[in-house]
Amino acid sequence: MEIFNHDSKIDFLRLRTISLTISAILLLISFGALFTRGLNYALDFTGGVLVEATYHQQPDIDGVRATLESAGYHSPQVVQYVGTNDVAIRLQLGENASGKNETSDDLKKMNEIADNVIAALKAKTPDVTKKSASFVSASVGEELKSDGIVAVIFVIIGIMIYIGIRFEWRFAIAAIASEFHDTIIVLGFYALTGHDFDVAVLASVLAVVGYSINDKVVVFDRVRELFRSARKAEPVEILNKAINSTLSRTIITSLFTGITMIALYLWGGPAVHGFALTMIIGIIIGTLSSIFFASPILYWLGVSKKDLMPVTRDNSELARRP
Amino acid sequence: MNDFAKWRYALIAVVLILGTIYALPNTFLPQPAVQVSANRGGTLDDALKTKVKEALDHEKLAVKSLEIGKDNLLVEFNDSDAQNKGQAVISKALGDKYNVALNMASTVPGWLRAIGANAMPLGLDLQGGVHFLLEVDQKGALDKMQQRYRDDISSALRDAKIRFESVNSTPNGIVATFKTEADRAAAGNVIAKQVNQPEKLGDQPPLELTDSAATADNFPILAKVRESTALAAARNTTTSNLTTLRNRVNQLGVSEPIIQQQGANRIVVELAGVHDTAEAKKILQATATLEWRAVDENATGSANLGNPGAYEIAKSGNVPPESKLYYMQRPGPDGKPMPIILSKKVIASGNELVNATAIPDPQSGTPAVSVQLNAKGGQRMLEFTQQNVGKRMGVVYIERVPQTQIVDGKEVRTFKQTEEVINAATIQGVFGSRFQTTGLGQKEASDLALLLRAGSLAAPVDVVEERVIGASLGQDNIDKGFKAVIIGLIAVLFAAAIYYRLFGLIADVALVFNLVLLIAVLSLFQATLTMPGIAGIVLTLGMAIDANVLICERIREEQRNGATPLAAIKAGYEKAWATILDANVTHLLAAVALLFFGSGPIKGFGVTLLVGILTSMFTSVTVTHAIVNLVHSGRKLKALSV
Repeated sequence: MEIFNHDSKIDFLRLRTISLTISAILLLISFGALFTRGLNYALDFTGGVLVEATYHQQPDIDGVRATLESAGYHSPQVVQYVGTNDVAIRLQLGENASGKNETSDDLKKMNEIADNVIAALKAKTPDVTKKSASFVSASVGEELKSDGIVAVIFVIIGIMIYIGIRFEWRFAIAAIASEFHDTIIVLGFYALTGHDFDVAVLASVLAVVGYSINDKVVVFDRVRELFRSARKAEPVEILNKAINSTLSRTIITSLFTGITMIALYLWGGPAVHGFALTMIIGIIIGTLSSIFFASPILYWLGVSKKDLMPVTRDNSELARRP
Repeated sequence: MNDFAKWRYALIAVVLILGTIYALPNTFLPQPAVQVSANRGGTLDDALKTKVKEALDHEKLAVKSLEIGKDNLLVEFNDSDAQNKGQAVISKALGDKYNVALNMASTVPGWLRAIGANAMPLGLDLQGGVHFLLEVDQKGALDKMQQRYRDDISSALRDAKIRFESVNSTPNGIVATFKTEADRAAAGNVIAKQVNQPEKLGDQPPLELTDSAATADNFPILAKVRESTALAAARNTTTSNLTTLRNRVNQLGVSEPIIQQQGANRIVVELAGVHDTAEAKKILQATATLEWRAVDENATGSANLGNPGAYEIAKSGNVPPESKLYYMQRPGPDGKPMPIILSKKVIASGNELVNATAIPDPQSGTPAVSVQLNAKGGQRMLEFTQQNVGKRMGVVYIERVPQTQIVDGKEVRTFKQTEEVINAATIQGVFGSRFQTTGLGQKEASDLALLLRAGSLAAPVDVVEERVIGASLGQDNIDKGFKAVIIGLIAVLFAAAIYYRLFGLIADVALVFNLVLLIAVLSLFQATLTMPGIAGIVLTLGMAIDANVLICERIREEQRNGATPLAAIKAGYEKAWATILDANVTHLLAAVALLFFGSGPIKGFGVTLLVGILTSMFTSVTVTHAIVNLVHSGRKLKALSV
């Protein structure tokens, strides 16, 4: 079976002004959303409070959630412990408790919040009592953020070096520019929609980087191959040909990976919702940027045949290796 | 034509068989169970078995099996609900002498376990339980350390009869001020000689001494705790906290608890199956202290440990009024607790302990523990040892666990206190603040040093993070995760078979093999399976097919360019390989970045992704190539089914 015309000769590069403009607009919107609205960090990052409460009768979990929401608590997480009438309620704290270790002040505030929560629940069902209140330190979240920055820097440098050695510096720049593009737009989506940004989503953003770079390298590989084998190498022609001949693979792989992520989204349960959603968006953005973004950047950077000819025997050995 | 060497087929067969064997344990579901192990004074015998059985029968709880193992009694239940009730019933029936722990009994056959094939342990999000992140209060520890040096300096100066104005502990260090330049110089010498001595020979001294700017009648010395000293102390407090936590969690009755150090000063505690965080927290935040006391030789008559005298007193209960009966922490050679009689008078206590380290004895080279007390404790130790050379001295480890009880409707805070003698040794000579305990084994020495430090109350721990996952949520996550993997897998299998026909089917075989291999490797590493890990597995399945897409597209291209079927296969694999390698290496770099996150869900996901990329390179390229060659070799082909 074949969906794509293997002989397609779409002039993607001719669309570069349009495609790069669209990318620029998307980036602007994403940056705007990130700066004005910011990410809706989940409990992992912000720290927060865990309140445990006991009911005399089987509690109505959705009812508890609704009561708390109407009492003004933002996205409370309510879980029931098995075999008991105990519920755990998790709440995010505002700015006041962030960035510090557990101090007596924070503790007092935490107990205050816990009492308010119980009071709100009591108004609805009188038979509820507080069992305990606990704290998730914001310093843990701070560390996650700094770990994230280290990880991103590592990825950027690692990929730059590898592509710089195996291909050429222009490819490295184009790859990093595309990664940046994809990541910012995925983050922008989270800022715009206000979905919870938790640890699993952070992991999936990094996985998007991995997926997307994989996709770019396949196209770049073909660009390199075509430049080396062609006698007359017009960059526009070569780039178009590379995109067209990998088009089928680019889209089929995205579809296959997309299928698994849709399965994960539909059947994997709430714990991996954020993860699957990020991956689905990342796959779409990554695929589009492989076709419409990375190669135009490469063209702008002035990639040419002579930059890609093997300099030493060693390099050509490496490239021909099965 | 088959250009595939025989040994490669052999390699693939071996990997496939090993992969299947090591992935196999994951298909044996663990059984909810309760594990009963004996504390001091408890024995595992048939009487115990009967007692447990009767208690459970009385509550009409169905038991799947009841067996006495090597060092525990294992009671298996049909579901986790019965397991939870069972634990409560059994612990009520047996009391203090036994630890009653929730456990997931492995049903993996013995022959698999014998070759190291075990199921992946499940993360808390898949089996429920509590997670704590504890932070050792390093600032508190540093403050205490400085305070101690302040005391040492002032008493050293007093002993040397050097006149000083004041010795104060400030945020910048300890400041000692003197009236004259001569006093300051003399004090500098005394401090350097008596206080500022390194722990081990060759180490740097713990304090940095500098003369601060002087005025006409004010000559200060600034003594700062060296950064490396503070750092080493912090590391020590974290490791000793780790040890005591391990001991305490064992009391809590949790099997296979996870207690790990994270970074310099954090400790992760994960207790599967526990849902009562309050109880767990109490145990984690228990405090311990030490007391050095003389062994009451008059009462026992002989200098041997656990001598008949002590046994008789323990039996009769006739303890002399000025002494107290204790038991050794380590049981005697017969496995029974060893009694020991100590004087009630305390020579030195835990808060006077400066440090304890396991070192080789400078004289004999055998393992020993070097103990350092502060000035006050050292003084009393000196006075005591001057009178008591040749007699024994014991160290009592006292642990207090806070407990709340309801008395007459009111909450009353009490402490459950356990006292054990961790060491008793003969005093060989007169000593003060520094002495060594010798005659220990290597392990014994490091254990004793850890226990001593744990008892020195060096630094309190704070709970900075706490999570609870209900068991029902865990089971729910397992079911959903399993479903997502299966549906995702089947969807990709279908899509590949439809789109690439025979080559798609071959890729499918490789994909299933990849899943098996991935699980086998993760099981072999005993990587903990979590929900993000499952997401990583699903993602790996989706991305592993990419290599086959590349190969199939290349083969199609080669055919279109006029290559014969077999040449198209050969060229397809060869040309696709360079691309696959580049694409996977860059992808691998991104996966490695995930490992930067100290621990937790991101790391678990990163490990899965990393292993998945590596296994998929093997299965998608080598395995499919082998099958393709096997199918197509020796046949005259007109066209390929791709």
